[in-house]
Amino acid sequence: MKRLSFPKVAIAVGAALLAVLWLVPLLWALDTSLKPEQETTRTPISWLPSAPTSAAYQSVLEQGSILRWFVNSTIVAVLVTALTLLVSVLAAYGFSRTTFPGRKVMFGVVIAGILVPPQVLIVPLFQEMSSLRLVDTYWGMVLPQVVAPVMVFVLKKFFDGVSRDYEDAARVDGATRWRIVWGVMVPMSRPILVAVGIFTFIGAWNNFLWPFIVTTDPSMMTIPVGLANVQGSYGLRYAQIMASAVLGGLPLLIVYALFQRHVIRGVGDAGVKG
Amino acid sequence: MAVQTPARPRTKPSTHEPPRSGPPWTERWGGLFFVAPFGLFFLFFLLWPTLAGLWNSFFNTSLAGVKQEFLGLANWRELFGDPAVWDSLKNTLVFTAMSTPPLVLIALVMALLANRRGVFGWFLRFAYFAPFVLPATVITLIWVWIYQPGFGLVNGLLTAGGFAEIDWLNAENRAMLAVVITTVWWTVGFNFLLYLAALQGIPAQVYEAASIDGANGRQTLFRITLPLLGRTTGLIVVLQLVASLKIFDQIYLMTDGGPNYATRPIIQYIYESGFTSYRIGYASAVSYLFFAIIVIVSVAQFKLFGGRKEARR
Repeated sequence: MKRLSFPKVAIAVGAALLAVLWLVPLLWALDTSLKPEQETTRTPISWLPSAPTSAAYQSVLEQGSILRWFVNSTIVAVLVTALTLLVSVLAAYGFSRTTFPGRKVMFGVVIAGILVPPQVLIVPLFQEMSSLRLVDTYWGMVLPQVVAPVMVFVLKKFFDGVSRDYEDAARVDGATRWRIVWGVMVPMSRPILVAVGIFTFIGAWNNFLWPFIVTTDPSMMTIPVGLANVQGSYGLRYAQIMASAVLGGLPLLIVYALFQRHVIRGVGDAGVKG
Repeated sequence: MAVQTPARPRTKPSTHEPPRSGPPWTERWGGLFFVAPFGLFFLFFLLWPTLAGLWNSFFNTSLAGVKQEFLGLANWRELFGDPAVWDSLKNTLVFTAMSTPPLVLIALVMALLANRRGVFGWFLRFAYFAPFVLPATVITLIWVWIYQPGFGLVNGLLTAGGFAEIDWLNAENRAMLAVVITTVWWTVGFNFLLYLAALQGIPAQVYEAASIDGANGRQTLFRITLPLLGRTTGLIVVLQLVASLKIFDQIYLMTDGGPNYATRPIIQYIYESGFTSYRIGYASAVSYLFFAIIVIVSVAQFKLFGGRKEARR
């Protein structure tokens, strides 16, 4: 059925070239990380190490705190994602399906909260965290990242579109509202919850500014904050710097490769069709 | 304050009803429990710091901050006469103006190219979006290396092609361009996904009708696809403007605002005022200036798109 015409081939080739161009920096980093150190600064530049070696990875893993940062990032990102989903789902259900005095005003305040850029809050938040003695703790990094009014907005919009029939049926069967949230609404909105969860996880894992502000102890840093010090501590050993970059980036690339379908569908559901 | 609000009469009718016949307590107030956990987070980590920042901006507060000296509008007056504020604001706007057009156009081209099924489509979507999932530090470690004079990839290609080397990150007139190139590579994937979702939302019948009418590929693209993406483009432009105004991470990590403050954005100036110079009050005032700019851009967007959405219905 498909005819291969010249424009179609040209477009496919262009698409592939653009993709390769977008991957070159990543491949170049991987390539450099596998070179012996003295080969990295050779000119003219050469692709492909003459003899690939994992020496850079070994020394990064031995001397650095990268494993510790990895554990910290995982703890922080998992906590942020779990708490964000929990409170956002409940709030979205509350705003979408229940009534209580002041509901509309409160929802308006939440929507207005979307306008506040987290970057302008770093100073007062730091004061708050330091008076709560949460500087250099996981909770100090996690708690401020849990407030995501935009998630509540997106989920509420989604819940608004879920037919009430399912809920009424469950209610006839005697389900409490608590049960309805977890037994009806959550299963019905799984795709968007997965997407919201992935974006929250990526955002929390990658957040630089807030963990950078609220941690001073290198053993409490997350990967993005810890790696910021790498360049200084390794001097000009580029193979090691690139090995750190690859180690810092790989987990997320794997997560994304596994969940790509959900990410794309989620953006569609959340962003554009509304 | 002097205006009396006639709010009282509104509650009157409900008190007419006998208490028993109203909805039970849990029906009237129970919903609040669903909202309460989020409400507490919102109160403590968004609303409170927002108000505390405004409060701080009228005081001379240090980071250790026990002593507070009321300054009135002194921080605000100082801000308007501080060249560093206006320079960092200018850098932020220059970055936004330079980064937004490519971040929208390249995303559109990518979406048109990657809107296909199968393994090839999967590969394209992976390649275009992959950089977006990486942390800023990984991005900047890679790109500082790529921009190196001599053995860096970019200069290696320039010299191989017979061009002169550029010391990207240490030249005042090149550093911002280098940051923009890195940012476009890093973040274009998100806009790409928004466009892709919009493309996939266009009903197939529209294209079937066009092909029955004998439209060729170019006509379909310019007469149907692009006009139907208009609303998405508007959304992406505004999201991108706001995102670009918030630039900090990659500049701080790549150039530290230099050379000679040529790339320092407003958020870095806020950070430095608060955490390097320990001037919390002043940093708060600058934060609020920046906040005001974000609100203006966002409200302008809301007016623009809120209105158009109404008209469509």
